[in-house]
Amino acid sequence: MILLETKDLTRAYGGVVAVNKVDFTVESGLITGLIGPNGAGKTTLFNNMTGLDVPSSGRVFYQGKDITGYPAHKICRLGIARTFQNIRLFKELSVVENVMVGLHFKNGNGNRLGLALKSFVRLESEQEQMYRKAMKWLEFFHMEDMAEEKAGSLPYGYQRELEIARALATEPKILFLDEPAAGMNPQETDSLMQTIRRIRDLGITVVLIEHDMKLVMNICDNITVLNYGQKIAQGSASDIQKDPKVIEAYLGTDSSDDDDEDF
Amino acid sequence: MLNFFLLIVIYAGIYALMALGQNMITGYVGILSLCQAGFFAVGSYVTAILSVKLGWSFWATVPVAVVLSALLGVLIGLPTLRLKGDYLAIATLGFAEILRTIINNWDSLTNGPNGISRIPKAMLFGSPIKSKYAYILLIWFFVLVVYLLFERIAKSRMGRALEAIREDEIAASSMGINITKYKVWAFALGAAAAGLAGCLQALYIGSVMPGTYVFMVSIMALCMVVLGGMGNFTAVILGAFIIQLISYFPQMVGLSNVIPAQARQILFGLILVLMMIYRPQGILGRKERKYRKTTRKEASK
Amino acid sequence: MSSIAEFFQHLVNGLTLGGIYALIALGYTMVYGILKFINFAHGDILMVGAYLGLFIFNFLRGNSAIGPWWFVAFLLAMLASMLICALLGMTIEKLAYKPLRKATRLAPLLSAIGVSFMLSNGAAWAWGTQSRKLDYPFDNTPLHVFGISIAPHQILILVVATIMMVALTLFVSKSRMGKAMRATSLDQSTAKLMGINSDQIISLTFGIGSALAACGGMLIALDIKVYATMGTMVGLKAFVAAVVGGIGNIGGAMLGGLLLGLLETFGIALLGIPTSYKDAIAFAVLIIVLLVKPEGIMGKAEKEKV
Repeated sequence: MILLETKDLTRAYGGVVAVNKVDFTVESGLITGLIGPNGAGKTTLFNNMTGLDVPSSGRVFYQGKDITGYPAHKICRLGIARTFQNIRLFKELSVVENVMVGLHFKNGNGNRLGLALKSFVRLESEQEQMYRKAMKWLEFFHMEDMAEEKAGSLPYGYQRELEIARALATEPKILFLDEPAAGMNPQETDSLMQTIRRIRDLGITVVLIEHDMKLVMNICDNITVLNYGQKIAQGSASDIQKDPKVIEAYLGTDSSDDDDEDF
Repeated sequence: MLNFFLLIVIYAGIYALMALGQNMITGYVGILSLCQAGFFAVGSYVTAILSVKLGWSFWATVPVAVVLSALLGVLIGLPTLRLKGDYLAIATLGFAEILRTIINNWDSLTNGPNGISRIPKAMLFGSPIKSKYAYILLIWFFVLVVYLLFERIAKSRMGRALEAIREDEIAASSMGINITKYKVWAFALGAAAAGLAGCLQALYIGSVMPGTYVFMVSIMALCMVVLGGMGNFTAVILGAFIIQLISYFPQMVGLSNVIPAQARQILFGLILVLMMIYRPQGILGRKERKYRKTTRKEASK
Repeated sequence: MSSIAEFFQHLVNGLTLGGIYALIALGYTMVYGILKFINFAHGDILMVGAYLGLFIFNFLRGNSAIGPWWFVAFLLAMLASMLICALLGMTIEKLAYKPLRKATRLAPLLSAIGVSFMLSNGAAWAWGTQSRKLDYPFDNTPLHVFGISIAPHQILILVVATIMMVALTLFVSKSRMGKAMRATSLDQSTAKLMGINSDQIISLTFGIGSALAACGGMLIALDIKVYATMGTMVGLKAFVAAVVGGIGNIGGAMLGGLLLGLLETFGIALLGIPTSYKDAIAFAVLIIVLLVKPEGIMGKAEKEKV
């Protein structure tokens, strides 16, 4: 089942077309990879699907509903969460509070004024409940001992994981990860791979941008390749690895005889 | 001496209200608004106009002044809150100046530069509030109410959302937080507190004049927040006391002829610079939320 | 007076005012271009510049009768005041802003507000709260040209402002230091890698900006009186001019300054805005520009990279 898709999505900045008529589909329950050389438009596509940027033309559909141009907070509330390429934690807040921010709009049912009043009157119990929920997510990442530390003081690898924990706290149906393995060593990347599988096992659809080909080829069920803002291929890991257009995009167009030996 | 001490307590209270509001805006959301003087003026003038021209009792003017200040906060906030830090500071300063220009020129309503005087005393249990002690009780009652209210807001989801916005707007909105809504709310609350301070100022002095509501007032409110500690309402009240103490120190010790008014203002400036360089977190620093340790143990089972 | 002559009369008045705004706006814009922060104390440097100019001018002319020497003395006073203010600006940068380069964005802004307060109140303390008049260094009887009346001091303002702006443009585009300055404002870390001493460039920027402010301060002192808080309003308006033109953009600051001067003059003359609301015009313009085109006329929109 298609959970999210873009139709003819284009984003141009002045004369520069960052994303050009891309049809991108995310199947429910799978791990989808989005790859391509630097500057191919991957993050721009992410931003256009998560409300941080508005497409110049084309549409974004989520569960069949047109969500093009929705603001970021609304998209998040619909069940689409994300992380960022350059980590964007709330650095001065503690680790557990970062996750609690993710729980912000998750507090039961009722009308808005009623909710506001309830959260005002029953402040302590509400906070305690949120705290517990947040700790559960930290445990998922084995980070419960760091709960009280400032997010900005965590080692790099943990900061990446905390960002994922924070996104998961919003209880998304889709989780967008923008280069989650960037800056990680091989051991950390391996553990990240396990984590992503565990997230999928929670029933969450994962979409990731990644340059680490080992990670992508290992865990992605479906891969889309962008180059110069255009979709040039889509398919399983083995299809993609064989695709001549993809090879060309990554290794350049120069096909003189000497160079061919490098393959 | 005692008189000056009482005066300090009174003005510390009035300014503490303004500073509490400033802290909601600057300490929590990280927005440098320079408009507190404007809201302070609105509160004062609402009380003055309603009680002098329409004969309202002081108590009836308070809610009107608070609500009007908050609405004005929303009105100013909606367009300016989209702006980045420094721009926003200037734009809010601009609004405060425009407000003062209007007050100075709208003669039929505000009496222009002459201001409005003979504001009637507030009646409590059938007798007017007159003594300094009564004013201290009245003013600090309001400080306490606003303090408790703001503390509770800060502890709630809203407080955390505001801090998240301060730390990273993009990440906050991606976490489902409607940043415009919260910024405007914070701005309205800050404006309302300043408006309330304005009511009390008008009542205590008994008159209002445009010259009272100058940029300096906004700077003092800001100084109190920076000195005490951004993001800490208790610290802000401490800051209000210290700043007022500095303000009245020359008179208190009978040296007002030796130490001119400018000297203490130079000192305010120096405090801002030195605090930024040596102790940017303020005297007490930001208040961190504590969650009970017991819940942590239970949670990890 | 015919309506055409009237138009040109306002044009001259507007350009004179705008020229001064432009000079002061340059300081804001240059500092913003490099450090991305609003030097709140810039308006107070202008005030110090005006005071110094006034004192030096009065000292140099002594008891002599009005004559060519007065004019020379005025120009000498202007140069001296610019030099001293340049040093003042550089010192302030070293003491109050430099330690805050790595701090949060709010910190230097607050520090600058503090400096501004110290300067304006320090001036009131040292030089009193009475306003003073800077005498015209020549006979200021208005000249009548094609039905327009132009005061000689207006000509002086226009000439000096033009010279300063041309000199700055040449300096920034042609000289080694000027190029280093532009490089630093484009990308500080890359400029550093290219061997540019960014501390030195920042210091120089403050120096030049402050000198221009002092010059602007003396020129505006010919129109208004000299007093301790004279820089606040003029400084704010010059800042508005910098934003209108596109902050960080030197050409934009000049354009914005002229535009604001014209708007104020014509707003009162043609649109019938009451004189008492004159100061509000600039802020109304600022708020409109910030809402419609926050990057200003000549500025480039910056989008935060996600």
